[in-house]
Amino acid sequence: MNFEAVKSIYLFEMARMKRTLLQSVISPVLSTSLYFVVFGAAIGSRIETVEGVPYGAFIVPGLMMLTLLQNSISNASFGIYFPKFIGTIYEVLSAPISFLEIVLGYVGAAATKSMILGLIILATAHLFVPIEIKHPFWMLFFLVLTAITFSLFGFIIGIWADNFEKLQLIPLLIITPLVFLGGSFYSIHMLPEFWQKVTLANPVLYLISGFRWSFYETADVGIELSIAMILIFLALCLSIIWWIFRTGYKLKT
Amino acid sequence: MTNALSIKNLSKTYDTGLTALNGVDLDIRRGEILALLGPNGAGKTTLISIVCGLVNPSTGTVAVEGHDIIQDYRKARALIGLVPQELHTETFETVWDTVSYSRGLFGKKPAPQLVEQILKDLSLFEKKDSKIMALSGGMKRRVMIAKALAHEPRILFLDEPTAGVDVELRKDMWRLVKRLRDTGVTIILTTHYIEEAEEIADRVGVINRGRLLLVEDKAELMRKLGQKQLVLELQKPLEQLPEALSDYALELSDGGTRITYHYDTQATRTGIASLLAALAGAGVTVKDLDTEQRSLEDIFVSLVVEESQ
Repeated sequence: MNFEAVKSIYLFEMARMKRTLLQSVISPVLSTSLYFVVFGAAIGSRIETVEGVPYGAFIVPGLMMLTLLQNSISNASFGIYFPKFIGTIYEVLSAPISFLEIVLGYVGAAATKSMILGLIILATAHLFVPIEIKHPFWMLFFLVLTAITFSLFGFIIGIWADNFEKLQLIPLLIITPLVFLGGSFYSIHMLPEFWQKVTLANPVLYLISGFRWSFYETADVGIELSIAMILIFLALCLSIIWWIFRTGYKLKT
Repeated sequence: MTNALSIKNLSKTYDTGLTALNGVDLDIRRGEILALLGPNGAGKTTLISIVCGLVNPSTGTVAVEGHDIIQDYRKARALIGLVPQELHTETFETVWDTVSYSRGLFGKKPAPQLVEQILKDLSLFEKKDSKIMALSGGMKRRVMIAKALAHEPRILFLDEPTAGVDVELRKDMWRLVKRLRDTGVTIILTTHYIEEAEEIADRVGVINRGRLLLVEDKAELMRKLGQKQLVLELQKPLEQLPEALSDYALELSDGGTRITYHYDTQATRTGIASLLAALAGAGVTVKDLDTEQRSLEDIFVSLVVEESQ
């Protein structure tokens, strides 16, 4: 294992975040505050509780998931796409490192960044609403595994994309709708029965549900199912990445 | 002692059907400077890219100091430094950070003193805190060389190092290459410029259309360069060369009006005086004469043209 190389990639990527610190931190804090003003104060005041949880607090896990998914994907996809775009990827590919080490460096940095952002949102939310975390271990479990899984997914998108449009396509057209329709801001029990069944096909629902359970012990689906789902995603992303590196897809000719 | 690089039957056909390399065999000795000459699209960059792990070979094997580039890629690649042809540099990072990053990427522990020395050698030290995007093209090229040297490679590939580079940087680069060679680093450079090969290479390889046409010691090539030819235009055409001239390896051409004689300028006797005397003795009158020297360029062009036909 070439730890020096993993460390180099990781620190190099983290330095990129430091350079854009203002943008990286301010924008999620600002958007979270806006969500709270709109959903928490303006609309939330008319909804008393959802499943026994005050509405403002109810949406916190969903908001964290939203940021976690979006940022994991964008950090990781951009992290690997940019060296491809400017050509510096040659250096990584010619270095004495395995594909596993490349993934550890890039995905590790992307996941770290989005976990930091998730925690910043938690802290911001705490300023607006009282929050309790009933199962801190499971909260961290979902936070870490979601960050890693969706950073892996972002890495795949970054390898696949050969222009900036493609880079934005999947996050914009698939992930954002799935997060919004996956119960970030509501419990699926509030939906008509037919739409409840449709929502069960949305994989993001299981992540949000499990994450919310770790806070308030209320869930749309069983916690075991949520854990199983995140592990299935993880396995799926890992297999795709294994295939990419085995075949050199879009990296080597 | 194993060779620095041992390439056997290396071929590459891209998915587009283009055969960029066709059965190349090449051994590169430790500590030598090899110049690979060839026109655009000859396969030079493909060859380098395969050795460095950027392109998968279709057939053949490459060993770097005995380590196979696929089975034993970690050991093989750790020995190699690559300066690609294109200016691929980071944008927002500083010179110092990007060079240190390259060292780490190759698994080496941080060594600020070494990085400092490399930057000084390349006249980059004053720019160490500058962002790369603020540098000129020539400076960026120096950064790329610094990155390639940061992990103390034993073999350095320079792909068209002096293409589009000013005279000062070119001279600096040649000095650096010679200094590296003195410390035992093997250097393989590709170039269009014959004078570059003549200036710094120990051996010269000529590559065209994916085939290696020739690899020769530069001294041997220079010896060939020492060969001159004397061309004699005759007053009257000859049907055949007179018997008296049979000792000289002469060629009769242009309908018997031209005699060509090859001689070695380094030899103690070139044989020109006696040839002229013999011609006069045989009653052949010379109208005009001319001497020509073959340059490395001529050799190169004739090899490339021969291959194309």
